[in-house]
Amino acid sequence: MAYIPLVLVVVLIGWFVAAYNKLVRFRNQIKNAWHQIDVQLKRRYDLIPNLVEVVKDYMSYEQETLTKVIEARGAALSAKGPAAQAKAEGILTETLKSLFAVVENYPELKANRNVASLQEELTGTENKISFARQFYNDSVMTYNNAIQSIPTNFIASFFNFAQEAYFEIEPESRAVPKANLR
Amino acid sequence: MTGGSAPACPKCGAVNRPGTDICYLCREPLGGRAGTGDAAAATPPGANAFVGDSGALAEARPTLRPIPMLLFTEAARHNVRMSAMLFVLLFLVFFLLGTAIGGAYGDPRTGLGLSFVLYAILGATAYFSGSSIVLPIHGAKEAAGEEHRQLRNVVEEMAIAAGVPPPKVYVIPAEGMNAFAAGRRPEEACVAVTTGLLARLNREELQGVVAHELAHVKSRDTLYNVCAAVLVGAVALLSDMFLRGAFWGRRGRSSGSRGGGGRGNAAFFVLALLLAVLAPMAAKILQMSISRQREYHADAAAAGFTRNPLGLASALAKITTGGAQVPGENRGTQHLFIVNPLRVFDADASALMSTHPPTEERIQRLRAMGGFSAG
Repeated sequence: MAYIPLVLVVVLIGWFVAAYNKLVRFRNQIKNAWHQIDVQLKRRYDLIPNLVEVVKDYMSYEQETLTKVIEARGAALSAKGPAAQAKAEGILTETLKSLFAVVENYPELKANRNVASLQEELTGTENKISFARQFYNDSVMTYNNAIQSIPTNFIASFFNFAQEAYFEIEPESRAVPKANLR
Repeated sequence: MTGGSAPACPKCGAVNRPGTDICYLCREPLGGRAGTGDAAAATPPGANAFVGDSGALAEARPTLRPIPMLLFTEAARHNVRMSAMLFVLLFLVFFLLGTAIGGAYGDPRTGLGLSFVLYAILGATAYFSGSSIVLPIHGAKEAAGEEHRQLRNVVEEMAIAAGVPPPKVYVIPAEGMNAFAAGRRPEEACVAVTTGLLARLNREELQGVVAHELAHVKSRDTLYNVCAAVLVGAVALLSDMFLRGAFWGRRGRSSGSRGGGGRGNAAFFVLALLLAVLAPMAAKILQMSISRQREYHADAAAAGFTRNPLGLASALAKITTGGAQVPGENRGTQHLFIVNPLRVFDADASALMSTHPPTEERIQRLRAMGGFSAG
């Protein structure tokens, strides 16, 4: 039975390698998920000028809404730091919503194929942004679970796997939007 | 309770049996608010409006056991545990049969070894030849073009939510409402939906269906299915070989050249005979219950991807009433679809031999994940 310690050592090393690699995989997945959000945000910035271009001929009376969208896009593009950017993104989402609400009032605009497909594209991109954020947060949770639970927490603390932060929305975005019904 | 009909708990909304005073789930006294505990109180506002109560569902509901609120992560974990357990059982049946047959011929270990080899051969064949043949059978075409932009977007969204590479998207020209996913690995997966499904589901419902399919992709259920099917096939093959060989080939060989220990052989022979008769059936039943567990799991995972279990619930309700037939449907591919195209309307869809759980029960579980505890 001399080989029992040897087997134990091999099993332990195998476990260690597997657990360490799992942590690395999780950490890289979080990084990748974060960049996925950026990819989708970029796509939204690119789509907005197209939409504005198509819509502006029809909406001569709604210049204000269009200007707001363009301004919000510019603000989001030039925002510095995650907190400021999250806030600017939130404002951009709101202005886009009000633009689509205005589109509802123009039957010829709604019938326009370009507008319809741009609208679907923007809805899809909005969804992709939020699903990318959701996936980011899910990845953070899996990773944090792993580095906090026994036995992987020993490896995590020895090799300095730090906890990752969740993506959080601005407090003002959490407020229930007020409906203005008259 | 004075109402007489099933009283709903004012606190958690669970439906209790008539005549009970305390909620079976949360121990809240039911009598305190006599009269309010009717069905209306059990269903939060908007519940029926969303799922669109169909007649068939309303009829099926009393037979369902009410279930407490489900958390999709918990539901998914439970299903993973269940299917792993069933898989171990299936393996046990297979190896028991191999050992017993080996024993009947004098050497249990060789039997076990040979059954391993048989499994490896069958598994390799199935792995390298299967899965790519599904699409042409059902006449699926790649979803290119402007009219499928929404479908492609929804698939991309769900691929992001699931964290898998975006699969190829196909459309099957068919009136019936159905969808399936194929591919052994997430990198080579494809998702197909029928035109009937696209025409009658809204975006949220389509999202639910696609999320269900991508859940299958992410957890490699095609591979799971191939493994299970190969095990069942191997069990059937072993049993057949034994039963055919047992009655005319066995005697001469075992008493002659091999010459195992006579008595032990006889006991093994009876055991092998018994197993050869029972094992194929047991294996088939296990395979089907694995398949049903995977469906429940994909539903729960889909709820995790969309965070909107009611979208999928509503889609399933529409599919039940709208019909799920697909051209080229056959027994070989039925397990791939979101709702079994062959037996949607079967009253005994919950029978041991069906690939999918009854749709009503799937809807009920999804609604429980959405916060509606009562069936």
